[in-house]
Amino acid sequence: MKVSVTVNGNPVTAEVPDRTLLVHFVRDEAGLTASNVGCDTSSCGACTVLLDGQSVKSCTVLAAQADGRAVTTAEGLAGPDGELHPVQQAFRAEHGLQCGFCTPGMVMAAVSLLAENPSPTEDEVRLGLEGNLCRCTGYHNIVRAILAASKERVS
Amino acid sequence: MIPAEFTYQRAGSVDEALALAADGGDDAKFLAGGHSLLPLMKLRLAVPEVLIDIGRLSELSYVRADNGTIAVGALTSYHDLAQSSLLASELPLLAQAASQVGDPQVRHRGTIGGSLAHADPAADLPAVVLALDAVLAARGPSGEREIAAADFFQGLFESALEPGELLTEIRIPRPAGAGWSFQKFTKRAIDWAIVGVAVQDRRVALVNMGQQPVRASAVEQALAGGAMPRDAAAFAAEGTSPPDDLNGDARYRAHLARVLTARALDEAASRG
Repeated sequence: MKVSVTVNGNPVTAEVPDRTLLVHFVRDEAGLTASNVGCDTSSCGACTVLLDGQSVKSCTVLAAQADGRAVTTAEGLAGPDGELHPVQQAFRAEHGLQCGFCTPGMVMAAVSLLAENPSPTEDEVRLGLEGNLCRCTGYHNIVRAILAASKERVS
Repeated sequence: MIPAEFTYQRAGSVDEALALAADGGDDAKFLAGGHSLLPLMKLRLAVPEVLIDIGRLSELSYVRADNGTIAVGALTSYHDLAQSSLLASELPLLAQAASQVGDPQVRHRGTIGGSLAHADPAADLPAVVLALDAVLAARGPSGEREIAAADFFQGLFESALEPGELLTEIRIPRPAGAGWSFQKFTKRAIDWAIVGVAVQDRRVALVNMGQQPVRASAVEQALAGGAMPRDAAAFAAEGTSPPDDLNGDARYRAHLARVLTARALDEAASRG
């Protein structure tokens, strides 16, 4: 079927099999490979993108379900001049990554979390990351980065 | 990992969804948020030939008060249930349980109707609607009918819905009292409950203690007979047939049911 998705503000249209998953549409049709296929069972969150502004696991959404809607991936966060998004800046400043595989999903989950709750407590950040696994177990700095990004934005 | 091939169809209205389902016959399934169905399809545990996407029927996403009843549209997401101020004041059990399903990404997509129609005894909301004595409204080729939650869950992944029937609304009587609690025990935050307990007033329902969600009738009878909550909770596993699996054997689940029921009844009493 023909699927059209606005990915990071740009229209992407492709003829794809009905069973195409959103994560494959984003990687193979839009050519954006930040969103990783990790567990492929909606557990790890490495494929997290925003669908109309809300975090979703793109391995558990059909491309057809996103037809006509807006998707944001980690590639779409930085400003037009390349300036990093506050959450990206905070991950860098607080060293919120180790191997980096979970990072795009963590960043997108964090952007969605802060959109819903701009000033979360540390507990709320940890709960908000329930759906994202870091196999390096680097959670402390990830939580620190999200708290720092929240303070940056609020101030 | 992708699902087996199927034909995707998108419904623009409930009537269109019913017509597509009638055409699709036994090989068609409704797709709401997809967070129960798509994982099963990827594992080839479900292989529908036609998927009818009802995810855009925004007219089925709402929470509203109708006289003595709270009406919840079947397509309301867990996220929207958890955020509903009406539920927070009128049915906090449902809001609280919804806020603990899966993780934020799952809650953005998963819907109450999808969860109930999927009829997984390990899911949280089936037991919650049992404890709330809800009535489920379904539409089919011959019109609408109401099914009591107690009659809706008939077995593992088996509901009272006929082929081609679409669950549209969950009707929940306003609780008489303020005592409620939801308890579940999981290994990891995102896992299904090994055992869960939903309590509203003196109704007690159990997650993952059999082939379908069940009311803990022996506990309810003990409470009605004047037993203290702690004593009544000792009957939590009576009449259940909990599964043995990697997360725990039946004996362990029976123990968990007693412990969690005692905690739930205590918490409900502290609120009531």
